[in-house]
Amino acid sequence: MPDRPWIMRTYAGHSTAAASNELYRSNLARGQTGLSVAFDLPTQTGYDADHALSRGEVGKVGVPISHIGDMRALFEGLPLEEMNTSMTINATAMWLLALYIALAEERGDDIAKLRGTVQNDIVKEYLSRGTYVFPPGPSIRLITDVIAFTTEKVPKWNPTNVCSYHLQEAGATPVQELAYALVTAIGVLDAAKARGDIPAERFPEVVGRISFFVNAGIRFVEEMCKLRAFTELWDRICRERYGVDDPKLRRFRYGIQVNSLGLTEQQPENNIIRIVLEMLAVTLSKDARARAVQLPAWNEALGLPRPWDQQWSLRAQQILAFETDLLENEDLFNGSTVVEAKTQKLIDEAWAEVERVLEKGGAVAAVESGYVKQALVESNAARLRRIEAGEQVVVGVNRYEEGVPSPLVADLDEAIMRVDPKVEQDQITALAKWRAERDQGAVDAALKALKETATGDANLMAASIACAKAGVTTGEWAGTLREVFGEYRAPTGVGGAQVSRSEGDTVKQVRAELEAVAEKLGRRPKMLVGKPGLDGHSNGAEQIALKARDVGFDVVYEGIRLTPEQIVASALEEGVHLIGLSVLSGSHLELVPDVLKRMDEAGLKDVPLVVGGIIPDADAARLREQGVARVYTPKHFALDTLMGELVELVAERAG
Amino acid sequence: MKQPGAPTDLMSAEGISALASGVLAGRKASVAKALNLVEDRRDGSRRAVGALLRLLREQSDGSSHRVGLTGPPGVGKSTLAAALARTLRERGRSVGVVAVDPSSVRSGGSLLGDRARMGFDPSDEKVFVRSLATGGEAGGLSWAAPAAAQVLAAAYEVVLLETTGVGQTETDVRYVADTVVLVVQPGSGDVLQFLKAGIMEIPDLLVVNKADTGVLAERATSDLRSALASAQSAGLGEAMPILATSATERRGLDELADALDAQRASATDLAAHRRRGEVAWTLQLFRRLHGRHGVETLGGDAALEAAIDEALDADAPPTICAHLSERYLATVGRRESPGAKATKETQP
Repeated sequence: MPDRPWIMRTYAGHSTAAASNELYRSNLARGQTGLSVAFDLPTQTGYDADHALSRGEVGKVGVPISHIGDMRALFEGLPLEEMNTSMTINATAMWLLALYIALAEERGDDIAKLRGTVQNDIVKEYLSRGTYVFPPGPSIRLITDVIAFTTEKVPKWNPTNVCSYHLQEAGATPVQELAYALVTAIGVLDAAKARGDIPAERFPEVVGRISFFVNAGIRFVEEMCKLRAFTELWDRICRERYGVDDPKLRRFRYGIQVNSLGLTEQQPENNIIRIVLEMLAVTLSKDARARAVQLPAWNEALGLPRPWDQQWSLRAQQILAFETDLLENEDLFNGSTVVEAKTQKLIDEAWAEVERVLEKGGAVAAVESGYVKQALVESNAARLRRIEAGEQVVVGVNRYEEGVPSPLVADLDEAIMRVDPKVEQDQITALAKWRAERDQGAVDAALKALKETATGDANLMAASIACAKAGVTTGEWAGTLREVFGEYRAPTGVGGAQVSRSEGDTVKQVRAELEAVAEKLGRRPKMLVGKPGLDGHSNGAEQIALKARDVGFDVVYEGIRLTPEQIVASALEEGVHLIGLSVLSGSHLELVPDVLKRMDEAGLKDVPLVVGGIIPDADAARLREQGVARVYTPKHFALDTLMGELVELVAERAG
Repeated sequence: MKQPGAPTDLMSAEGISALASGVLAGRKASVAKALNLVEDRRDGSRRAVGALLRLLREQSDGSSHRVGLTGPPGVGKSTLAAALARTLRERGRSVGVVAVDPSSVRSGGSLLGDRARMGFDPSDEKVFVRSLATGGEAGGLSWAAPAAAQVLAAAYEVVLLETTGVGQTETDVRYVADTVVLVVQPGSGDVLQFLKAGIMEIPDLLVVNKADTGVLAERATSDLRSALASAQSAGLGEAMPILATSATERRGLDELADALDAQRASATDLAAHRRRGEVAWTLQLFRRLHGRHGVETLGGDAALEAAIDEALDADAPPTICAHLSERYLATVGRRESPGAKATKETQP
């Protein structure tokens, strides 16, 4: 009997709840079989649209959901009992699940029938994705509160989706991806067990509800072996650490999004081929096949994808599942000595790293100490070095760069999605109206109960659902918990990372130029690197910071989630010669001019500002007109050359 | 001797005087500019820095409390500094922070990552953070740190000076700070190592940070107390307050702030202490330029220290160093290349 096709999803959501609802309906009509909700950054980090940090981010990388009214609009006409809904939400996962459950109850649905996933994995947020809010202790409590609640009330729900996806995006090798995801799962399960409120006989079900969200890169043979290694190692952990007897509960259940890190800005049409090959890694082997697949779009390195771009990726899935004979076959690789040897090697190396992290006190301790982050930063630096040196071939980037221009990107500004800037103001207006019309007494009482529960030990789900029903907003829910739990900043991992051992002539030359500028200035050129706005993808900024140090800059690395005020205050106090900002969320046109204006007011007009990120050409031109000295995009992968330009910029101003 | 505020090739006397007024008024732009100046390594900057520091010394009341935070890497000094600064701000005190991080031996560059985790309100005019790189100096401080601390002390009520945490050679902070806090974490054998390495004479206060875990932290503190007691009975170190803090959970910070105030209030020989610090700093500046040969040529350590001590009545260390430099070069009758580092020596 042919295998059932996997669940096909498209990570989607933008502008408003109503617009996203329309998008979901059309995606389902085109044969998509599950929903994957993308939330905007304010929703992910627990702010309302009218918060200072939300500026420029509302509706950009996902849908803004502030309260149950937005949730109603998002799922208008979609039967919740029949949906399989995946929500990419972490620090505020409990809140979005509470809104979803409140909506289901309001509609008279049986919440025991709800199926879906909240990502709810905080470790990779600290390491890579950056939408964390609370310190590790309270974060783990929120995760296990959700686990305890769904085990009892929503048994088909996946309460946490352990992500190795973002670790690979941060530069993880296959061994690191395996090891750090598995120790994360162990950390969550150990914490769930330690709570003591989940009956021992139900614990195997808890283990069985743990699902994973994995990445697959272009080395698809090795990646497939990685998935087979995952399957074996997870089975081992379930058996040996948690004593799960039922093999069904030990299955490595995973969803996948293939690699975005390797998608190129140069010759972007090639990306669809990369995406298809990467999909093979997670579908070819029946024993290690994904349960749900979502694919990125070919033009992600250029800007936000349009519905057509996402549809193209969905078609790739449909052709593989329905046209080819793949699903008619049993596992193609059982008995293959090559696959087995590769898999075994990954298993052994990953297990050794798992044990190393467990010795260090487990996933959370290894995150807090910076151990894991530093390992990832070093791996990513090594990867970039290999590409720059041509040792790792990337077609169209460091090999076969010449070619006929692609008609797909003839009009670059049309080849991406634009979110109407009006969306932000509309959301703010709607929010004010919502606040004015709701029963404030009920809101105050619900928030008071939430705060009291947070101060004690009881499960926070019930209080959160009560907040949802009372009309509390995302910012109010998270703000109340921020008051109790405090706010966290994760280690950046750049401080201790090793300087590159192999250095090209460019680096030596840039270093010499920098020394000359230092003589002239009287002190070493100092650069500030940071990320304005709510976008937490810090991998690019970290690599720039590291490289700048390696050519001799004193680098003030400011990390993520900075307001323009903070950036300018730091630049002034630190006396920097250069500011470098990284923006990947598409909010550059709102945030960067604000920084420039404030620099002007602080008397820092002479300090050059450079910007890096996913920035369309037309936007780059506008930024330069407003005074940005340089704009860098993914096609500027040659960091040595880039550093040379930065030193030149400082030299020019030094006179 | 030159007059205070004497013009240099870098800045006019009026410029320096205006800068000093800005610093004393706590204007951030002026403080930042003054720090840029004290970090300037060009020969011409030395007199400007000297003139500026002298003006600041003359025009401020010296009431600022300079606190050094030292201790091995990974004990959470930055987080503690940030939490302490926040506590002090809540008490209405203005705070300047100097955070020192190591420079890369290979590239000379550095990553100054501490600031990111401090998370101060950018509109708060009464807190100022500057990161400095060691620039290859031993001793856990940047060469500009002593001057930077003086600038901040003229602008803010409390100055927190956080060292790199290289561990056993962090003795320089002693002559920059009025009060030295040694930060360790629970369960580490650090303290006994420090005793053996002769570092234990330094601190005025001992803080066990990361005391997040109630009982364990209490045990760590009591272990330290007994280790210290036995060391004292063997003639090592003096009695000092031991405090437990948790910077992440914001515990013990009020006690730390109180203990610092008590230290400051009970310091009887502060002026003499600062004077000794300035002598040591001047000598180090000079030695960096001209090495042991320079010191020997001008009569050896003791003679130089006496000369510096006398000169401090009228001038600030960078200016004195410039004068000594001239004397040395006149004596040996040849010019060395500016800022020659070949003869650089480090403090013992």
